[in-house]
Amino acid sequence: MSIKIALAGNPNSGKTTLFNALTGSDQYVGNWPGVTVEKKDGILQGRKDVVIQDLPGIYSLSPYSLEEKVSRRFLVEENPDAIINIVDGTNIERNLYLSTQLAELGIPMVMAVNMMDVVRKNGDKIDFARIAKALNCEVVGISAVKNEGGRDAAMKAVELAEKGAARKSEVPHVFSGSVEHAIAHIEESIQGKVRKSAIRWYAIKIFERDREIISDLGIGVGDLKHIEEHIRDCERELDDDAESIITSQRYEFIKNLMDKSLTKSEKRRNKATLSDRIDKIVTNRILALPIFILSLCAMWWIAVAEGGPGTVLTDWANDGFLGDGWHLPFTTHEVDGRDYGTACEDYAKAEATIKAWEAGEKTASVEDEETGETAEEWQVDEAAYNAAKAVEEPDPSAYGVWVPGIGALIGGALEKMGVNDTVASLVNDGAWGGVSTVLGFVPVIFVVFLFLSFLEDCGYMARVAFIMDRLFRKFGLSGKSFIPMIVGKGCGVPAVMAARTIENKRDQRMTIILATFIPCGAKTVIIAMFAAVFFREMWYVAPLMDVIGIAIIVLGGIALKKSSAFAGDPAPFVMELPAYHMPTLSGIWHHTWNRVKAYMLKAGMIIFPACVFLWFIMNYDFHFNLVGADGIDRSMLATMGGWIAWFFAPLGFGTWQGAAASVSAEIAKEQATATLGLVAAGFDGATTASNITALFGTFSDYPKLAAMSFMLFNLFIPPCMVAIAVTFREMGSKAWGWFAVGFQLLVGYVLAMSVYQIGMFCAGGSFGVWTAVAILADIAAAWFVLRPARKEAR
Amino acid sequence: MKTIGDMKIGETAKVARLHGEGAVKRRIMDMGLTKGAQVTVRKVAPLGDPIELTVRGYELSIRKDEAAKVEVE
Repeated sequence: MSIKIALAGNPNSGKTTLFNALTGSDQYVGNWPGVTVEKKDGILQGRKDVVIQDLPGIYSLSPYSLEEKVSRRFLVEENPDAIINIVDGTNIERNLYLSTQLAELGIPMVMAVNMMDVVRKNGDKIDFARIAKALNCEVVGISAVKNEGGRDAAMKAVELAEKGAARKSEVPHVFSGSVEHAIAHIEESIQGKVRKSAIRWYAIKIFERDREIISDLGIGVGDLKHIEEHIRDCERELDDDAESIITSQRYEFIKNLMDKSLTKSEKRRNKATLSDRIDKIVTNRILALPIFILSLCAMWWIAVAEGGPGTVLTDWANDGFLGDGWHLPFTTHEVDGRDYGTACEDYAKAEATIKAWEAGEKTASVEDEETGETAEEWQVDEAAYNAAKAVEEPDPSAYGVWVPGIGALIGGALEKMGVNDTVASLVNDGAWGGVSTVLGFVPVIFVVFLFLSFLEDCGYMARVAFIMDRLFRKFGLSGKSFIPMIVGKGCGVPAVMAARTIENKRDQRMTIILATFIPCGAKTVIIAMFAAVFFREMWYVAPLMDVIGIAIIVLGGIALKKSSAFAGDPAPFVMELPAYHMPTLSGIWHHTWNRVKAYMLKAGMIIFPACVFLWFIMNYDFHFNLVGADGIDRSMLATMGGWIAWFFAPLGFGTWQGAAASVSAEIAKEQATATLGLVAAGFDGATTASNITALFGTFSDYPKLAAMSFMLFNLFIPPCMVAIAVTFREMGSKAWGWFAVGFQLLVGYVLAMSVYQIGMFCAGGSFGVWTAVAILADIAAAWFVLRPARKEAR
Repeated sequence: MKTIGDMKIGETAKVARLHGEGAVKRRIMDMGLTKGAQVTVRKVAPLGDPIELTVRGYELSIRKDEAAKVEVE
């Protein structure tokens, strides 16, 4: 028989730190059944038979939030053997409010008064014995950050649990005479219906008219009427409603207890704490916004900026560590006055020269990788040809200490073993390609969460919500939604995951649905290519895409807020602004590592097979022959693209090429440009850019509109499948996952269709069925945004 | 009737009664804004809403809509 101990406490009380210290890395993270509230449990270190169940951070056991419901259901139904109630010693008054409720459950309890190091430093004194007596529990002083006393508290809880239901006396009576009288009556009428030791807890809940408990217990109409009379009597006598009576009398009881058991140091009483002083600066009316913008810039630099840790590490992971290989930093040096990059460029130019001369051409050129346009062009003659032939492929190890990448190692091994091309490609490009897609996102998730955990643990995140609430709640989001959207400019995957910092489930879901509309780093590759090929004179195309993304977030937020999926009571914004403190390294590490692990295990499971599948249909035909990149027009993807081409017809690219490019973009968004380049190669134009122009010429009579529509579609439909997989995971339910994907697809489709159809009409095209459909769809969208909000359903 | 919404920055008062009902009211009470509690208005967010209070020794943030439902003496 294992011992089950529940760890309960307020948010910001140091609960997570204590949990990590007690269980080490032996943790299991999941969700509570049916809801997206995180469920964590772990084995107490050194005691294999003791399971510690970490409950969500809560302020009360009321029935109004998911976290509270989950916690109290666990406490009353699973009946743990003991409770460790962690309490913030520097904020003891409000923390004890939950303690009084936990004490009524009749479960042996140890109160761990945390942050004793700060309490001592402040010179305050807390009378543990008096609190222990008043609440009938054991009280231990601890400091989770300094790793003091946590284990003692746990061992005391184990001891209490082993002794069994060793309740020394009655649970504490905290209410006034008439209330206690009514509670006694209620206890009488529910006897036998509930666990005996928890009867008082149930009775108080019934006094509060807690609908969930009343319907669970199935109390008869007669009894209920009788109980109601007692409650009414109290309400009349105290001139207040039952719920208010209970809460205010609890706080009165605590206040009296504190007056006797907490001695505040004289000298500190009138002095501002360090946290107060920090807060004075950080949320100061004038300085708040600059400091806020500064922290956003830091976020931007970490996740988005060229040369910031996010992009540098991602490039290193994809091209270096998982790809061809990388130079150890600080070991690189130049050879013949050139670094490795220049040498590679020179080699590419030499190859182009050789190719051009052998083909009998007078000029050679190299293309820009992103846009497919000619980057450089030069004359070739025999002398240049001979010179080019002398250029050797640069050896990376000559330019510094070269570490081969895993992709290169696998490729090399396969070649050495003489494996045939089909299998080698399946292993190296297919299977390894899938794994490296999953792993390629790890660095950016890691650095983003390192920073987010810091913001959260130090207490600034709550201030972000405080500062931005006014702006964001207008379109149904939380002030904290701002962070995922900034992160989303860099990459949608950590953006969706960052929405976890939003406590309110409705706000979190809405943020997940909307955050990926901001064009991410991979999508800017699509924008760059289309801007260069089709919209050369429109310098504003790239910023316009960001503006459209923001507009979708605002309008989409307003529309979703009014939809039945998000209707109901507005989320209360009643939030603690926790005191600032220096986060611990181990805390930040746990937080970050849990996110990365969850991503790799849960999301990776979906991404890997999907990646392999997409790669497979791109590279093989229906006879399972390897067709490779050059034969993409014979691939399964091409055939399947033909089947679904009709879907894209109203958008102006209803061809297998358009379909194939859009589908392949789900592996990673920038794949859209690569696929377009491949399928357009048949046009034999001078450059990839001219091939793509020719390709869109075959799509539509209005190739520019078709190109704009293609770009909009691929930017604003659901993100790449890695982000989709993460969306499903973070939503916690398939239904919500499909809702998000469906909404995003609808937005992208209607937007692309509207631009193409209405644009065509304005350019002098005829008014067709699809023009009408597009206009109707826009009217419907406008209605969803502008319609009056629902009356609040109660 | 004077509410927290009418208080100036730096002002301290005693909570007299809470209006409204349901989840929001309960949440406000759970956070310590109950009858008899001492409450001080600390500051207003840079965009004018929400506001920051000190109650029961810690900092609490509520919107002005909600502040208008808490009557003070």
